[in-house]
Amino acid sequence: MQIRPILAALRRHRMATVLIALEIALACAVLCNACFLIAGRIDAIQVDSGVDEASLATVQLAGYENAHAVDLNARVLAGLGSIAGVQSVSLLNSIPFGARRGTAGITTDMAGKHFGGVVEFYVGGPGSLSALGTRLVAGRNPQPDDFRPFTALMPDDASVQVTRALAEHLWPGADPLGKEFWLDKSHFRVVGVIDHLVRPDPGGWPGDSRDWSVFVPAQSSVYLSGSYLLRAAPTDLPRVLRDARAAIAKIAPDAVLDQDGTQTLGDLRTRSFQKDRAMIGMLVGVIVALLLVTALGIVGLASFWVAQRRRQIGIRRAIGATRRDILHYFQTENFLIVSFGIVLGMVLAYALNLLLMTHYELPRLPLVYLPIGAAALWLLGQLAVLGPALRAAAVPPVVATRSV
Amino acid sequence: MFAYYLELALRSLKRNRALTALMVLAIALGIGASMTTLTVLHVLSGDPLPGSSGTLYYPQIDPRDNSGQLPGAEPPEQVTLIDGLNLLHAGRADRQALMTGGSVPIQPDSVVVDPFYVESRYTTADFFPMFGTRFSYGRGWNAADDEAKAREVVINGELNQRLFGGADSVGRNLRIADASFRIVGVLDDWAPNPHFYDLNTGSYGRAEQVFVPLQTALDLKMEHNGSNDCWGRGAGGVGRIYPSESCVWLQFWAQLDSPAKAADYKQFLVHYSQEQKALGRFAKAPNVRLRNMMQWLAHERVVPDDVRLQTGLAFGFLLVCLVNTVGLMLAKFMRRAGDLGVRRALGASKRALFGQLLIESGVVGVVGGAGGLLLAGLGLWVVRQRPSSYAALAHLDATMLLTTFVLALGSTLLAGMLPAWRACQVPPALQLKSN
Repeated sequence: MQIRPILAALRRHRMATVLIALEIALACAVLCNACFLIAGRIDAIQVDSGVDEASLATVQLAGYENAHAVDLNARVLAGLGSIAGVQSVSLLNSIPFGARRGTAGITTDMAGKHFGGVVEFYVGGPGSLSALGTRLVAGRNPQPDDFRPFTALMPDDASVQVTRALAEHLWPGADPLGKEFWLDKSHFRVVGVIDHLVRPDPGGWPGDSRDWSVFVPAQSSVYLSGSYLLRAAPTDLPRVLRDARAAIAKIAPDAVLDQDGTQTLGDLRTRSFQKDRAMIGMLVGVIVALLLVTALGIVGLASFWVAQRRRQIGIRRAIGATRRDILHYFQTENFLIVSFGIVLGMVLAYALNLLLMTHYELPRLPLVYLPIGAAALWLLGQLAVLGPALRAAAVPPVVATRSV
Repeated sequence: MFAYYLELALRSLKRNRALTALMVLAIALGIGASMTTLTVLHVLSGDPLPGSSGTLYYPQIDPRDNSGQLPGAEPPEQVTLIDGLNLLHAGRADRQALMTGGSVPIQPDSVVVDPFYVESRYTTADFFPMFGTRFSYGRGWNAADDEAKAREVVINGELNQRLFGGADSVGRNLRIADASFRIVGVLDDWAPNPHFYDLNTGSYGRAEQVFVPLQTALDLKMEHNGSNDCWGRGAGGVGRIYPSESCVWLQFWAQLDSPAKAADYKQFLVHYSQEQKALGRFAKAPNVRLRNMMQWLAHERVVPDDVRLQTGLAFGFLLVCLVNTVGLMLAKFMRRAGDLGVRRALGASKRALFGQLLIESGVVGVVGGAGGLLLAGLGLWVVRQRPSSYAALAHLDATMLLTTFVLALGSTLLAGMLPAWRACQVPPALQLKSN
């Protein structure tokens, strides 16, 4: 296929060519960035919580007297434990995708000079870590005498499990077992490393910091009360939670059930990503509309060109060009224009990404999006031009002999 | 002449139905998407108290110690109890109120209604006149009631409906958190959006149902909701246990009726900080801010980032649609080069042709705008079905209706400009000859 005559023809339609190329460029910029945003949201939604969500639910109580908290815990643990199908009930202050009660900044020295980051403290009673179903990758799980009583916001000295992501962040490359860290004056020593334990609010944290969690074993206390983790077989779970809601009125008449917070972890997870799902829907909508408009624009302009060049096509056919030649001519022409657009579009995509990065906390656009966006637009252009190009190929040579 | 051009435009648009439909569709899609997102942005960045927002200020002071702080950092977003009370008692503003949020159990006398939790606000008396709350019945309490830790409560219309069927309940008693309160006022559906006075408890679609004097709430140790930030030895204190003096967890609002008063008040904040430093309470050099309400909302980036992002994307899409329309219009006008050549040869000026072609693009703009309006209506309906807190607020108002048409017509005329100019360059003789 000769490219030179095509370029010569395009030079005669400079403005229209520039317009299509510009449209492709804008579409390319928006498409790459929108796809990148979608990928980010999907990544957030698919976060590995590290816990058996399908088997877990939480019961949240409020409104009881501080003085009765420990007594309330005992009643609730016994009462909910007796519901048919419940495998375990335990105390846990924060709940993955639910209540957040232990977000705090830690330091890796006693003097508080070396800031280690903001982590989530999951303070849990006996049985809570095994109920969560986290996977231990090093060290040990909590022993019975790790669960100590405490009288302040946090236990002031505890042997804890940390996630692998947090260990890697605090002590890169080193063995985290036996390492220590501090929360103000409270002291913690790492005895175990768990694979994953997601924060209650992973959506608000970038990258691996979604997984910066610490499990602190502790006994029932006023600071660890009113928040319970229920474990049951996945098939039993909805029924068990219904029964638990009903039973609370009898077990704990002095407390108020937090209807909104008392959910299965699956429902909590769905709820915590609702906004991301809505955003994905919106982005997909924009992409579809964008591609549709761009394709229709190409069809419209290509049709116009075909109609305008009927006579020339007829002449080419009359002097020996095959239908395939005509078809290829329009396809190549489209490919060239789209290619101009893509070159400009890649620059625009990067510029748009830079703009987004300054206004929102977004990472840099990975290069891989550019060839994907380019391929999508090349394909779109070829599909859009196919109809008009076929119509052009169908122009009979006899047109050349008519005077329009 | 206009009527004649309009007729010509309509005739020309009819001749190429597919191309016209394509242009109208592109404009309608672009306008629909951008107006949907712009309306949401407009609603969310609106003024919660039009008229009085300019005189409401949110003073910030910095009582923190020096640990782990960068110089020049923003002061905390809230105040400690002791500073809040000092500022309140100083009374240097025209009105001022110290407040925080919480939730309380309502324990109706009737045994058939289970106790339930509602969101509450613990505040001092000026809250009501300063924010211009509207009462259905009764009134707020006064400063003397604050100091007396009066067991008085203001409830909102929703709670009044739930408990008393909407009747005038002023003077009746209500059990809240195991204490008996006398209802002194019932608000109507007052719910400013955004929930400017305390953004920690949610920014949109929030309204407390119970308002209790701050001192009373402290006295009864009512449950606190919202953010608290502690430092130094004051750390600890969450949920049911009240934070100490080295925790910020209250909001302080001041009404300052003139810019001069605002400048004076800022000076007062600096003096107050110096005084506290001299007393050994504050560690830092005075670090104060005095933003008015809209500045505070902008500083807090109250409009969700997602909404801004969506608006930006939608306008990007509109731009693509417009470039598309420019291309199609160019094709359409150039196709009629013959007609235009004849008209030029018969004596029409370039200006006349230009006007005629612009009217044609204007017609596309008006029809596209109408379609865009329909699509925006549909888009906003979709937004309202979403679970976000601001869903119910997404409605078109008169301003946005007008903006839609201005945007549609303006952008299409702009899009028509280039093709029209290009088409006017047709030399009359050449076109007549070649055909």
